[in-house]
Amino acid sequence: MSETYNFTIDGKEITGRPGQTILQAADEAGVYIPRLCAHKELCAHGSCRVCTVMVNGRPQSACTQPAGAGMVVENETPKLLGMRKQLIDMLFVEGNHFCMFCEKSGNCELQGLAYRFGIMAPQHPYMFQKKDVDASHPDIYIDQNRCIVCARCVRASHDVDGKSAFGFVGRGIHKKIAFNAEHNLSETKLAATDMAAGICPVGAIIKKRVGFAIPVGQRKYDTKPIGSDIEKR
Amino acid sequence: MKENLEKVIKEICGKHGNDRSKMMDIVSGVHSQLGHVPGEAMGLIAAECKAERIDVESVVSFYAFFSKEPKGRVVIRLCNDIVDQMYGVQRVAAAFKEELGIDFGQTTPDGKFSLEWAPCIGMCDQPPAAMIGDKIMTWLSSDSAREIVRTLKECGDPSKLKHTLGDGNNAHELVQSAVSNNLREKGAVVFAPMELGAGLAAALSVSPTDVIKKMISSRLRGRGGAGFPAGMKWEFTRNAAGDEKYILCNADEGEPGTFKDRVILTEAPNVLFEGMTIAGYAIGSKQGLLYLRGEYAYLRAFLENVLAERRKAGLLGKNIMGKGFDYDIRIQMGAGAYVCGEETALISSCEGLRGDPKNRPPFPAQKGYLGKPSCVNNVETYCAAARIMEKGDAWFAALGSQGSSGTKLLSISGDCKRPGVYELPFGVTLKDVLERVGAEECIAVQVGGPSGQLVSKADFGRKICYDDLATGGAIVVFGKGRDILEIAHNYMEFFCEESCGYCTPCRVGNELMKSRLERIMAGHGESSDLRYIEELGLTMKTMSRCGLGQTSANPVVTSLKNFRSEYEKRVIKREDGMQPSFDIHKALETSEGITGRKSVHFV
Amino acid sequence: MTKPKVATTSLAGCFGCHMSVLDIDDRILKLIELVDFDKSPVDDIKEFTGRCLVGIVEGGCANEENVRVLQDFRKHCDILISLGDCAIMGGIPAMRNTISLQECLDEAYKNGPTVHNPSGKIPNDPEIPLLLDKVYPCHEVVKIDYHLPGCPPLADTIWQALVALLNDKPMDLPYELVKYD
Repeated sequence: MSETYNFTIDGKEITGRPGQTILQAADEAGVYIPRLCAHKELCAHGSCRVCTVMVNGRPQSACTQPAGAGMVVENETPKLLGMRKQLIDMLFVEGNHFCMFCEKSGNCELQGLAYRFGIMAPQHPYMFQKKDVDASHPDIYIDQNRCIVCARCVRASHDVDGKSAFGFVGRGIHKKIAFNAEHNLSETKLAATDMAAGICPVGAIIKKRVGFAIPVGQRKYDTKPIGSDIEKR
Repeated sequence: MKENLEKVIKEICGKHGNDRSKMMDIVSGVHSQLGHVPGEAMGLIAAECKAERIDVESVVSFYAFFSKEPKGRVVIRLCNDIVDQMYGVQRVAAAFKEELGIDFGQTTPDGKFSLEWAPCIGMCDQPPAAMIGDKIMTWLSSDSAREIVRTLKECGDPSKLKHTLGDGNNAHELVQSAVSNNLREKGAVVFAPMELGAGLAAALSVSPTDVIKKMISSRLRGRGGAGFPAGMKWEFTRNAAGDEKYILCNADEGEPGTFKDRVILTEAPNVLFEGMTIAGYAIGSKQGLLYLRGEYAYLRAFLENVLAERRKAGLLGKNIMGKGFDYDIRIQMGAGAYVCGEETALISSCEGLRGDPKNRPPFPAQKGYLGKPSCVNNVETYCAAARIMEKGDAWFAALGSQGSSGTKLLSISGDCKRPGVYELPFGVTLKDVLERVGAEECIAVQVGGPSGQLVSKADFGRKICYDDLATGGAIVVFGKGRDILEIAHNYMEFFCEESCGYCTPCRVGNELMKSRLERIMAGHGESSDLRYIEELGLTMKTMSRCGLGQTSANPVVTSLKNFRSEYEKRVIKREDGMQPSFDIHKALETSEGITGRKSVHFV
Repeated sequence: MTKPKVATTSLAGCFGCHMSVLDIDDRILKLIELVDFDKSPVDDIKEFTGRCLVGIVEGGCANEENVRVLQDFRKHCDILISLGDCAIMGGIPAMRNTISLQECLDEAYKNGPTVHNPSGKIPNDPEIPLLLDKVYPCHEVVKIDYHLPGCPPLADTIWQALVALLNDKPMDLPYELVKYD
């Protein structure tokens, strides 16, 4: 264990191992750093920016920043909370999130974070942009109204499933998920058993015929805030 | 038809070794042959290069100069930069529209012309300007716009357009451009004469580590804006593990108001290539890449020729100057994406990917181009390196000011009598600069381009240097009567267009910032909106992933800070609890049109 | 002492949020001890009779009448609450916001698969309030003091929020009571 090192998050002593990011070390130590695009089975992407922490006074995304000895990390400060709320708000107004009929509601990580942060209504105006829905695939449908361009599906399909079913097109506010096909999703090799089909943090990738299976009250974030599982450790 | 397409694609891909990392060149080749990159071609390119179709589509969709939809054989890109706006680009735009019978973003039914807006094309010193195909036309008027369209309708070939030739190498047979250098003041570093090979010979006479030592003691800092010590960057790259290393030169100056690299590339390309070669020697690299912005394609043949001449002179290629050092430089064309001026986005683009910045760490010095240690510097930085070798580190360190040695090239435009490029020693005051350019009467100056700051008279005594008014070189002058909010808005439009969309605060934040500014400009803003702007700006700055998002709120945030009264006089106070931003009449317009009746509640 | 007055309305909503108000069960008796209802579908008072402490608004603004009513609420109420997802973000009616108004009307009255409308006419009686170009969340039309999300918000959420307001206490709702569905 000689290779371990110590650093602090909000004053709490954390032990890190070589090669760990701040996020990974924090998870192990039972400190929850909010995140959306990060997923423990995928390489870091660093796009949602929700996990941004202050490292020795400088902002860094915890999912990409290697932890290091003696680092002083700030996580749950009022300033960062305010900015994270803004990011969550941005994702809500950028898309068209109709939680009331979304299959993912209650298990949605974006919604879960909004609950955790106590957001009652976004502070930004809604953009109401037109987005595509693709239901061509026999087992899966894609609703881009809910997409937060986190690239989990892109990474899972490319790195894990070995299929590259997804990618990005466009830039700026027009950046969006696209399929590795001339016309639609059914032309890709995506299968419902793929990691990419089940890894969406929101309701943008939905498996058909399995929605609303868990009763209200028993869903992931109905009674316990997102991150509780990590904080319990 | 399909077979023909296959043949075309095979040929182009083959020419680039069916190498998917050459996707920029391949897509560009297909685009110039077909006028667009249709879906079918994407599949074929992917098959040839063992890539995925989506890899090709993501590249095509990312860059402004590529299109999946058919474009006109001649694409007219009119620059809508703030300076062009100030110099009457709207009249030019109207003339193009009328003469072509189409609006911006459209293609003529005969497929001959497309008309588009372009962000800054690096010609702010000669506005309004446009790219007609690869050809740059400057100082446009409504008359010259009509003349251009008429000529093109007859011959269809932008190279046949009549214009006077610019000065210096703009008149070179391989350039033949209307562009003027407007090189107003030559300094000792970049634009002083240099004997071919003088800097390189000095470098090759000492060891690579000694070159780096000299670079460090010269205290040269990166000229792109961030100001990282160049010698340190070289040292990191040299010390990084790996045999294969790369020298990348960032000639993607896209910051609105910047055009200094254009003049270096035209008048001092040998100084630049010399600096890149020295860097290659110092770092242990065999290959350099000049990432040239797509807008400067008109300089490509000329620069290729300069490289060829250097090879002939034994300054590039095998066994350079008989010292056993092998090194060469190739040109990588960009295709219209400001973000590629960010060093890791530039690397992505060189690798044939979308111009998304990469996560750091690892830094380019450890893992850069193709995963190999790479050194990315600005055009001006490499030029300074060449001069440091020629004249000595102590000579260079004595130039400029304490924390900022050497000279700085400034691209100055806007409301001034003598717009152009000025090479001045660091430490010069903004006031001094304004006097030189003939802009004593101005009310505001954008220093460092939109990602820098908009300063007021109170700041004119400040110095241009890393520790005070840091700048990549763009200085735009605004005279009496210019609308501060209009300026900020033009810049926000630019950032909305140029955000890569990777991270939330930049992708969404820029749009929110722009629309809140529009609310205030429309007279619907309240003082709470000013607080909103400050908070949003801080979030974008703190949470964004790269320099673009970290600075893109600056036009609004710094103008609010330095010209607060301009904002305050535009906001209103409402005590009745109604939202001033809600406009019932506008909200009912469509409905009144459809139903043919008027509102009874809101008359 | 006179009781504080409460007004409620449903704009472009489904009355589900009002159902949820009634869902506070026997606590409604306590509520009537605490407050009087002014303009509200609960007592069918059509216009405000005076100043109210709390106005509760269900639904977003889809047409000019919604705007007029909402502005009326703002004028008469000290505290205005957006109740439910439609008031907060437009809700289901806001699904039309990414589609042009003409297209919406054509689909609803001409082209939709379940439409039987031999005349092919789109209703256009002067009595029908004009539609807005899109459905607006209430806080984009007037200033809103509190938001209670949910579709509908839970009865407990509404009850706890009201009790806090009436007792001049901060509205600290427990985690389980703030939901968007």
